Amino acid sequence: MYKIVMKKILNPTVTMMKIDAADIAAKAEPGQFIILRVDEKGERIPLTVADFDREAGTVTIIFQIVGAATQKLNQKKEGEYICDFVGPLGVASHTEGLKKVAVVSGGVGCAIAYPIAKKLHLQGCEVHSVVGFRNKDLVILEDEFKGVSDKLKMMTDDGSYGEKGLVTNALKELIDSGEKYDEVIAIGPLIMMKFVCALTKEYGIKTVVSMNPIMIDGTGMCGGCRLTVGGQTKFACVDGPDFDGHQVDFDEAMERSNMYKDFERKRHEEICNLLNKEVN
Amino acid sequence: MANMSLLKNPMPVQEPLVRNGNFKEVALGYTEDQAIDEANRCLGCKNRPCVGGCPVAVDIPDFIAKVKEGDFESAYQIISKSSALPAVCGRVCPQETQCESRCVRGIKGEPVAIGRLERFVADWHMAHAEGAPEMPEQNGHKAAVIGAGPSGLTCAGDLARMGYKVTVFEALHLAGGVLVYGIPEFRLPKAIVQKEIENLKALGVEINTNIVIGKTITVDELFAKGYEAIFIGSGAGLPRFMNIPGENLKGVYSANEYLTRTNLMKAYLPDSDTPIMSAKNVAVVGGGNVAMDAARCAKRLGAENVYIVYRRGKEEMPARNEEIEHAEEEEIIFKTLNNPVEILGDEHKCVKGIKCVEMELGEPDESGRRRPVVKDGSEFVLDVDCVIMSIGTSPNPLIRNTTEGLDTQKWGGIIADENGQTSREGVFAGGDAVTGAATVILAMGAGKTAAKAMDEYIRSKNA
Repeated sequence: MYKIVMKKILNPTVTMMKIDAADIAAKAEPGQFIILRVDEKGERIPLTVADFDREAGTVTIIFQIVGAATQKLNQKKEGEYICDFVGPLGVASHTEGLKKVAVVSGGVGCAIAYPIAKKLHLQGCEVHSVVGFRNKDLVILEDEFKGVSDKLKMMTDDGSYGEKGLVTNALKELIDSGEKYDEVIAIGPLIMMKFVCALTKEYGIKTVVSMNPIMIDGTGMCGGCRLTVGGQTKFACVDGPDFDGHQVDFDEAMERSNMYKDFERKRHEEICNLLNKEVN
Repeated sequence: MANMSLLKNPMPVQEPLVRNGNFKEVALGYTEDQAIDEANRCLGCKNRPCVGGCPVAVDIPDFIAKVKEGDFESAYQIISKSSALPAVCGRVCPQETQCESRCVRGIKGEPVAIGRLERFVADWHMAHAEGAPEMPEQNGHKAAVIGAGPSGLTCAGDLARMGYKVTVFEALHLAGGVLVYGIPEFRLPKAIVQKEIENLKALGVEINTNIVIGKTITVDELFAKGYEAIFIGSGAGLPRFMNIPGENLKGVYSANEYLTRTNLMKAYLPDSDTPIMSAKNVAVVGGGNVAMDAARCAKRLGAENVYIVYRRGKEEMPARNEEIEHAEEEEIIFKTLNNPVEILGDEHKCVKGIKCVEMELGEPDESGRRRPVVKDGSEFVLDVDCVIMSIGTSPNPLIRNTTEGLDTQKWGGIIADENGQTSREGVFAGGDAVTGAATVILAMGAGKTAAKAMDEYIRSKNA
């Protein structure tokens, strides 16, 4: 059993938790993920490590409430326990030698991008962060990004906060204004990463994306997380989750990610009924 | 009195067309009378050929002699001297190619049903035994086992019986390895696996789940924590695919994923949060036990037509005869001498068919099996909405990538000698991590051999 030592609602659909898991906190690096199971009947779900505190022995996760598992997780209160928490899994993000990087993230993807931006900042790299949300109510981690970025562009789809527009608009502006990046790191919804990659390909800037496909064991056993990268089958759990964005087949990944949409919808409704809540 | 019947006592089973709609155990087990009657078919040969056919060398004639007397508990004690998981082996061992293949009664007629008797004895013990096994006297030394599957659990059990303090590290949330994620409930009830594991815990074995060796902790850190010898039984790894077009369509599973969703995550129960596709027509590609398990799960999950697509003939299938027979009885359709060339998708990227070619058998290849060759112009499409690839696995990279000095084969398997010794001092390995996909009992045999070698190693170091 793993204790939830801190819980914070970041916005109506995104929650942050700190989990007591000293073994994992001792090893975790930005870009890696954990797999958790809320209770005995729960699904195993992967979540990227949002932060870690080696001294306190805690690992921070930030999750969007999308399916049955995250909904159940969100029901848990500070001081309560979850049944399983395993990691750190996957290969850590490569940051060595980078001098100037644009970190582009969207939605809950910001939670994954932040520790990478922080690591880059701490190693003396110039970090330009472009962070996008649908609207003002969904903005998270703004102060955190401010603290580690040499430049920060906040974007919202509807213009209710920061600049109106997509992250790709802001990135294009930065590049066109003469900023030269060693690398672009893009983390967010698949569609966002796809378009960031399409843009950076035009400019010939190396781009790394963090993939978050459906997984079960997360240790290289089930093969459910497979992706096509450069025409070859890769397993996000052991080969990734970071990949060269210009090689990833995003269309296939998008199709695969909605494989259980109907099941999720139904289960979501069942749990809402159980809790006597309206389906949102 | 000797029973000279040429046939085994048949195993009582659930009716095929009833059982293919439920996940309850297929084989129901012998009654006491049936067990004694079957035991009386054993001639108690002096040269004991059957024992030589058992990878863990169970004293087969001795335990059967106790069954004849109706002394089932003594029979159990004899088996458990050699086997850490008797109730499991009695169910999943390929006895027809091991102990039973050497049985003298098999020369004319059927061999003694050794597997069924082993299962009976183990089940009898579980139902009647009081209290847990006693913790052996501790010798003050520590050993670590990586992976709580058949090889790891056997190794741990044997070391614990010798007095070692054994810690098992398991990556999943549940101990058992393939016994819990792979082999379905209807072939091996999970309550039985759980009981066997409880017995190991009573011997003092500690099982730490949710620890991925190579990630959470490395092999070197285990030595630093004071473990004097380490056994790697990390099992089979990444599923293989055929590299044909369409394998990443929605509705294509590896057998590992399909079985893990079904068995470990209990996707067949209505209250499980883990989804699984409810397919109407399913093609399982492969001819091993895992393929049979996947096909029979698909049928139980409600598929109308389930096909086994295999490129060689039925005789060449690596699956146990009993599994093939059970699958046939459950109306699994065998498409042997058929090989997939493409998986077809619809506009939503969901599977809508599998294109195959017919094969014929040519000259024998290096494995001694006749090589299948494509028949010209034989292409056809099987209408299916789900494809399960069951064509083997390649070893997991996590441990070899993080353990210096651990030599591996070109294909990734850990190199170990006949005692399980690897290229790293104090590190032993066995099971699928060494051999590639094989059977539960071979893995158990390797765990047993390694336990002996680890004991010798630790003794020699402390001498």
